[in-house]
Amino acid sequence: MPDQTRIIFKHIDEPGYSNDLACYVRNGGYEVLKKAVARPPAELIDEVKKSGLRGRGGAGFPCGVKWGLVDRKSGKPIYLIVNADESEPGTFKDRYIIHQDPHQLIEGTMISCFANNVKQAYIYIRGEFPHGARILEKAIAEARAANFVGPNILGTNYSCEIYVHRGAGAYICGEETGLIESLEGKRANPRIKPPYFPAVLGLYQCPTIVNNVETLCHVKYIVEHGGEAFSKIGTPGNTGTRVFCVSGHVQRPGYYEFPAGTITMGQLLNEVCGGPLPGRKLKAVIPGGSSAKILRFGERFKGKRKVGAEMVDYDWGVEDVPMDFDSLGMIGTMGGSGGVIVMDDTVNMVEALANINAFYSHESCGQCTPCREGSLWMKRITTRMVHGTARPEDTGLLKSVADQIPGRTICAFGEACSWPTQSFIAKFGEEFKTYHEAKKAPKSPDALELV
Amino acid sequence: MNLQPATLAQIDEVITHYPEKRSATLPLLHLIQEDLGFIPDDGITWIAEKLGLEPINVYEVITFYPMFRRKPIGRRHIKVCRTLSCALMGGYKTCAAFEKEFNTHLGEVSPDGEVTVDFVECLASCGTAPVVLIDDDLHEKVDAVKAKQLSDEIKQASAQRR
Repeated sequence: MPDQTRIIFKHIDEPGYSNDLACYVRNGGYEVLKKAVARPPAELIDEVKKSGLRGRGGAGFPCGVKWGLVDRKSGKPIYLIVNADESEPGTFKDRYIIHQDPHQLIEGTMISCFANNVKQAYIYIRGEFPHGARILEKAIAEARAANFVGPNILGTNYSCEIYVHRGAGAYICGEETGLIESLEGKRANPRIKPPYFPAVLGLYQCPTIVNNVETLCHVKYIVEHGGEAFSKIGTPGNTGTRVFCVSGHVQRPGYYEFPAGTITMGQLLNEVCGGPLPGRKLKAVIPGGSSAKILRFGERFKGKRKVGAEMVDYDWGVEDVPMDFDSLGMIGTMGGSGGVIVMDDTVNMVEALANINAFYSHESCGQCTPCREGSLWMKRITTRMVHGTARPEDTGLLKSVADQIPGRTICAFGEACSWPTQSFIAKFGEEFKTYHEAKKAPKSPDALELV
Repeated sequence: MNLQPATLAQIDEVITHYPEKRSATLPLLHLIQEDLGFIPDDGITWIAEKLGLEPINVYEVITFYPMFRRKPIGRRHIKVCRTLSCALMGGYKTCAAFEKEFNTHLGEVSPDGEVTVDFVECLASCGTAPVVLIDDDLHEKVDAVKAKQLSDEIKQASAQRR
């Protein structure tokens, strides 16, 4: 079995490790911050640029580039927001960092704030983590008392405050401009672009950095060990480690941290997670949170890819695909937030899609018509297929609704809600076309209910 | 609307976290809901006045976010995760078990006033599905059997209180 490299999850589930400051300091905590505040901030930003760190929230946008876009000449305050609104179905990594190792996040946040001359940071945490919010508040208070947060940090003339801000159950708050609207006390309607980046105009129309929890923890590691050392973990273009969250039909679901791109889907599911449940076969997998396009076991992907300076042919089954942003992108899906959802041969794909469509319909913010109406109709059609009358022509109808959403909305939710329907139909079209026949068969009382 | 002194103190403190008062809308709604169990009409006007907003600014926020409610719920709030990873592991059966145990329907207060069962979207604990949030506490791998156990615990606690 491939060995995990635990950087971010080093202390997660470690016996005797607690989430208080004393334990964190015993394990070398805040030493990196102490060294960081003695260095020129620009040097820290350079380390992050050199590291090749890509954001772990879903889009994989290079963190150093994001920081590089910050408008530092406007004279306005610069804000940093920690995106702890972990809400992409299938993703559950930040939960463990927040609950078990909150000081790691706070140290990473403070280093990032110092590097970018941020005086005020907010941790936007999803409303469904009430304990998480209290744990973070307590940890910040401890860090403040120890002079790691607040005025004149560690005797320097640099001051920075962190506050925790709780969301209230809306998925769209994970979208960074929706999150900013929410933090301003409004509905979380994502903002019209341009401006393309909150780094130019964000919170209160000031330059704002929004980073994922895991990303900020990586920053701490990068500043400790250097950007170059970090860039040697993983593969070129996909540096550092990646926390994979595996859920659904495998023997050992859970979270696993590996150097990015060094493990294949087959190794992750069969070796690390113990393969399918007894007597079952793997049927499909969603590799990067529920909006990522689904993969069907048995399909093959062929093409050319760059290895070093050369172009080489590849011919992969689902099991052979390396788990990194670029490889998953090449085969038409995405690494997203690292949430891997596995389905075995007991799952009916129409019913699984109906479940996903109900989610996106519930979570659409409603400001763009194609998304608000499209997500609702995709939900209505798939729910009717399962609970009412299914018709052969529903497949074409669903596809036509899905195809009219992406590219016509303010934010990427339009893509997120249409990709499941598009990919389920592309990969499992036969199952959709024959569903009206298949559902006539008598159902066992143990049959899986998905919608 | 009668808020406890501790809530009022927290409200005044949290407003200082933001350079613009409007940002305190969500925190104030959380604090009032935690104190009263729901957001009453006069809560909306009260927040608006406190933050220098129009009542519609507060009302539109309440209707946008699923966690805010306008009516009281049962003494305990049982939120079962509905989303795919939990559903794949039997979340729908878990939810039905809670409804049956308390003789209630989704979103309603059970006849004994003890619980409200809701089917909610992803709680971000997909690796230990199906999961259930009871008030602030997460319960993992809750199949129908464990749902019955948790229900029994709630019923016992309420019997002791009476």
